[in-house]
Amino acid sequence: MQQTRTMEVGTGLFALLGIGALFFLTTQTTGNNDFDADATYLVEARFDNIGSLKKRAPVSMSGVTIGRVTDIRFDSESLEAVVSFVVDSQYDQIPDDSDASILTAGLLGSQYIGLTAGGSEFYLEDGSEILFTQSAIVLENIIGKFLIGGPPEDEEE
Amino acid sequence: MFRDIYVTFHGFLQNFGAMCLFLARLVQYTPSVLIKRYSLVTYQVYNAGALSIVIIMVSGLFVGGVLGLQAYSNLERFNAEDTTGIFAGFALIKEIGPVITALLFAGRAGTSLASEIGLMKATDQLSAMEMMAVDPLRYVAVPRFLGGVISMPLLTAVFTTVGLLGAHLVAVELLGVDVGAYWQQLQSALDMEDVYEGIIKSVVFGIIASLMAVWEGYNSVPTAEGVGRATTRTVVITAIAVLVFDFMITAWIL
Repeated sequence: MQQTRTMEVGTGLFALLGIGALFFLTTQTTGNNDFDADATYLVEARFDNIGSLKKRAPVSMSGVTIGRVTDIRFDSESLEAVVSFVVDSQYDQIPDDSDASILTAGLLGSQYIGLTAGGSEFYLEDGSEILFTQSAIVLENIIGKFLIGGPPEDEEE
Repeated sequence: MFRDIYVTFHGFLQNFGAMCLFLARLVQYTPSVLIKRYSLVTYQVYNAGALSIVIIMVSGLFVGGVLGLQAYSNLERFNAEDTTGIFAGFALIKEIGPVITALLFAGRAGTSLASEIGLMKATDQLSAMEMMAVDPLRYVAVPRFLGGVISMPLLTAVFTTVGLLGAHLVAVELLGVDVGAYWQQLQSALDMEDVYEGIIKSVVFGIIASLMAVWEGYNSVPTAEGVGRATTRTVVITAIAVLVFDFMITAWIL
């Protein structure tokens, strides 16, 4: 009887410990980068060059993640990259002349879309397109220009 | 020579096929054993899981510690010691946690299962059960198999968690990485899918390790030498199978 009790207590402790550890792993080690909003709206932007922007890359404004890239495709008529991204519906007062640029987090970090607010009285809504965009800065091009000499030319809009 | 190769290959195929059928029968009996004889399963969870917890925790602590140490000393050269948490977290959760837990489990629990069943066979206990119309597969093999399968994911979670704390201890407390940076970087780099990958691996490894132990014990030659050989084979085959499957699962998920 005593032995059974010890065994049961041991098994219970073990199971508790294991489940606690699983809980710790799933809640404490992952997290805050996951953008999940209940309601979102879709915005498009066209870029000459998106660098190495990937699907699921964050969209941020003033450094706060407000959305996520959902689709990247190439428009063979205008020869531009078309990036679609969703923005959390609670941020529904972003001026529609805001500027989207592809930025890099840190020197070697991954790329994301940064929005800079414009001054328009109209706001971005589902299906609208951002007109002012700035392409990714490709490090190799800058280094190439630097090696050849002369100041780097302005990025074409 | 070709005949030898043929015989060897034939023997391997036969063995492998018999093992698959054995697994199918284990799975087939699983529901009835879980319902009618769950106390046997509980006892095996205690045997395989609860009694392995000490070796798992101590190993986890030191493996995490050495990861923290290595990550720090290499990342420091790039002034990137803040990312120690990412390094240790990815390595532990996706690879090292499941694999080392499976290897330790094979050494601690697999061997004891195989030799226990082997000795039962050598001392004719299994035949005696059959005489009494008790199916030894249901009464002996399935509870041990289930005990291992249930224990492995829990042990892996404990190993990984203790490992992360060990890396924290070394990197943050000893070497002075900022505590916020350690956890923050880890949290922003890891996705839920990474944790799932580790859990999937631990379940598969649990099935492999438990199946090997039960199968080898059940099919050991009923002599002292045979039981010893079955125990050795359990560890060797489990280790190889776990490493091969680790590669395949990683390639499949990535």
